[in-house]
Amino acid sequence: MPIDKSVSTFEEAVSDIPDGASIMIGGFGGAGGMPHRLMLALVAQGARELTIIGNTAGIAAPTGFGWPEGETPIDHAILIENGQVAKVIASFPVSGSVSRQNAFEQAFNRGEIELEVVPQGTLAERIRAGGAGIPAFYTPTAAGTDLAKGQESRVFDGRESVLELGMRADFALIRAHKADRVGNLIYSGTSRSFNMPMATAADVTIAEVDEIVETGDIDPERVNTPGIYVNRVVARATDR
Amino acid sequence: MSMPQDPAPRLERDILAMRVAREFNDGDVVNLGIGIPTLCSDFVPPGVQLLYHSESGVLNCGPLAADGQGNVDLINAGGQFLEPVPGMSFFDSAEAFAMIRGGHIDVTVLGSLQVSATGDMANWFLPSRGVGNVGGAMDLAGGAKKVIAAMEHNDRTGASKIVQECSYPLTSQGCVSLIVTDIAVFNVDENGLELIEVAPGWAPENISAVTDAQFEVAHDIKEFELL
Repeated sequence: MPIDKSVSTFEEAVSDIPDGASIMIGGFGGAGGMPHRLMLALVAQGARELTIIGNTAGIAAPTGFGWPEGETPIDHAILIENGQVAKVIASFPVSGSVSRQNAFEQAFNRGEIELEVVPQGTLAERIRAGGAGIPAFYTPTAAGTDLAKGQESRVFDGRESVLELGMRADFALIRAHKADRVGNLIYSGTSRSFNMPMATAADVTIAEVDEIVETGDIDPERVNTPGIYVNRVVARATDR
Repeated sequence: MSMPQDPAPRLERDILAMRVAREFNDGDVVNLGIGIPTLCSDFVPPGVQLLYHSESGVLNCGPLAADGQGNVDLINAGGQFLEPVPGMSFFDSAEAFAMIRGGHIDVTVLGSLQVSATGDMANWFLPSRGVGNVGGAMDLAGGAKKVIAAMEHNDRTGASKIVQECSYPLTSQGCVSLIVTDIAVFNVDENGLELIEVAPGWAPENISAVTDAQFEVAHDIKEFELL
C-alpha cells in the first residue's frame, strides 16, 4: 500500500497527545512558521500538565511581534491561558516590553509554570543533537553565566565550554508550506527556524502545511525536511 | 538621560549609530541587535557593502518592508517584516546559530544593561523583572569576531551602565572590544578601558563623573569621529 501520512483533520492529528506530554512547538515567534491550527486543536483536545519547548512562550499578543497589523495573534499563549502548561523551555519566554506582559509572564509570576531558559543557539543545537542521536556536546555559549550554573565544563583551546544535553520530545508540532503524502516538507523563507530541527527530535512529528500534494509532485532537489522525520501531515487547505 | 552635571548635551541615538557604523569594513558579515544597533544600518559609509545576518534564518537581508507589504515568512530577529532582495539565503535555527557560534559573523552590535571594565556584558536579565529573554545574545556575544556595545551611558535612574564589575547576570565574559555611548567611546581589552573619543563639550573628567569604572585616557583622545 502506498505510504500516506496525511490526516484529514487537526482534531485527529493531535487526538492522542496525553496529559504530561513534552511538546516542541516550531516557529521563531511571529505568525510565520507557527502551527496555529494544531495549537487550536490542542486547546480543544485539552491535554494538561504539558511541557512546551519553543523559541518563545508566546510573545506576539503584547507587541504584535511578527504579525500583520490588525490580526489577532495565535501562539503558545492560548495553551497557557487554557491552563494546559506546567513547564516552558524557551530562549525568549516573555514579551520584549517590560510593561506589556504575555500570558506566560503572568502565569510565571503567579507561580503556576516552571521555566527553563536556554540560549537560542544552544536550544537549536540541543534539539538538532537530540534528533541526530548525539547525547551531549560542549559549547562556550553561557560559560561563566547563571544559565550554566552546575553544568559540567571543560576548557578547549583555552576557552571554557559547558556540556549541553541533546533534547527530544514526545511530540513536535511544526509548520511547513507544502507536504507530500510520504511526509517530505518544503518551508517558506524564515519559517524554517525551529521547525526543521524540531521535526527530527520528537517521537511523533506532526506537520501543519498549507497544502498536501501527491507523492512525486515535490521536486526531491527542493525537499527541506525528508519524510523520514515526519509522522503526520495535515493541510489547512482541506480542514477549515 | 541627561544629568545635572552634564557639561553639554548627550548625543542622539542616530549619532551614536552613525559612530558605530564607522567600525564596519567592506564585506563584513554583520548581525545587529534590537534597538540602537538596528539604526546602524542607516549610516553605513559609502563604498562599504555589508552582508546582514539575522538569527531568524536569513543572510544578506535588506531593508524593512513598506507598511502593509509584509510577508510573515520573511522577518528579522525583531519580528519586523523584510523586503526581499537578490542574493538572500534562508536556513533553519540550528544553522543560523552554527554561523554565529562557528565564528562566521565579523561584527555584532548589541545593546546592553551593563558592560564591565574588562568587557563582560550583562544584557539579558533585569533583576527587578525576575524573568528575562536570553534569545541569541549569549551566542552572539560569545561567537562573533568583534562585539560592539552600543548603549546610553547612564540608565533612567542615572546609574552608570559602564561598571567595574557587572552586578546583573552576565551574558558573556570579556566579549566586548568597543563601547559606544551617547557621550564616549572606549576601547576594551583584558587590561581595562581606554577612553578614545568624547562627545563635543565633554572632557575626560566629565565622563569620569558619570562612570562607575576606572579608565585610561588615550594620549590622542578626540571628539566623536563621524566621518
